[in-house]
Amino acid sequence: MDWMAWTLPTAAFFTAIALLLVGMTFAELHSPCIERRGFLPIATTRGDRLFIGLLVSAWVHLLVIGVTDWSLWVASLLSLLWLLIVLRWG
Amino acid sequence: MNKVPNNKAWWLVLPVFLLVAFSAVVPMMTVVNYSVQDIFDQSSRYFVGADWYRQVLLDPSLHDSLLRQFIYSGCVLLIEIPLGIAIALTMPARGRWSSLCLIVLAIPLLIPWNVVGTIWQIFGRADIGLLGATLSWLGISYNYATNTMDAWVTVLVMDVWHWTSLVALLCYSGLRAIPDVYYQAARIDRASAWAVFRHIQLPKMKNVLLIAVMLRFMDSFMIYTEPFVLTGGGPGNATTFLSQTLTKMAVGQFDLGPAAAFSLVYFLIILLVSWLFYTAMTHADKE
Repeated sequence: MDWMAWTLPTAAFFTAIALLLVGMTFAELHSPCIERRGFLPIATTRGDRLFIGLLVSAWVHLLVIGVTDWSLWVASLLSLLWLLIVLRWG
Repeated sequence: MNKVPNNKAWWLVLPVFLLVAFSAVVPMMTVVNYSVQDIFDQSSRYFVGADWYRQVLLDPSLHDSLLRQFIYSGCVLLIEIPLGIAIALTMPARGRWSSLCLIVLAIPLLIPWNVVGTIWQIFGRADIGLLGATLSWLGISYNYATNTMDAWVTVLVMDVWHWTSLVALLCYSGLRAIPDVYYQAARIDRASAWAVFRHIQLPKMKNVLLIAVMLRFMDSFMIYTEPFVLTGGGPGNATTFLSQTLTKMAVGQFDLGPAAAFSLVYFLIILLVSWLFYTAMTHADKE
């Protein structure tokens, strides 16, 4: 595994993604989700909302790096907030 | 009747999942790891956080090639999709002429990318190439190696020549799948040719068009070999597209960190645009 040049932050990131996917699988088994319409302009399933949440989070991080000189933690906090909102009401 | 959901079929996806894990997910994770470190050799590497991302996002030469890339992919889609539909509509539906058309259309698709570049490199030369010689005989000054506009037109026409067939073949298969009763109903209603196209053929071609648009967008956005062989990115940087800039960074200068950060930004752009296309086209008729 040495050639993959792991670092602690990236390992934590991928572990979090893997846990999210496992969590989504169990949530689906426990209560299968039905496509519905929230504040997003399209009908989405739970997985769609997670995908939209993560994609937007990635772009929020890039925006914060590219346009502002804020700390990255601001981007991460905003993303977490966005992820929760979009999963609950999206 | 009650359907019983059975998720055991997911186990059948396991081989593909493993294959993709090794061919895409593991390399991708490695790229993410590279993008946050300054790597000198295997034993000395330093965590630099988001520094490479900042450098890449603020780099004006990358902005330029990104802009060029969007213009190029936009032009490719604007030309190839309507042209492919038009070719599919004018092709004979059955008989030996349709087979001949299919074979002729398929030929450009069989030619490898670097050969396409070489073909056009010679084709466009003013001394020995058919296109270049004809143009200079007509008195039109044309040189793809020194003139920016000529280089652009050549790179675009080359892609149109290479890939419009794909769009045409996909649309052709979509058109053949429309049952005759639709056309009979249209004739009874005395629908015009445009109405038939707008309300029967186009909606029925939607799924193949979705595939065509996605494939052409992703392919043209990642284009490397043809412009590299034809113009080498020149004149100046006029036809240096994103993947060539990326290759220069990663292989030419061996700047693995910035190149990794840049390729992740590249990946996110393709992911976002493809997702937008897909969502827009699959949800268009649900509303």
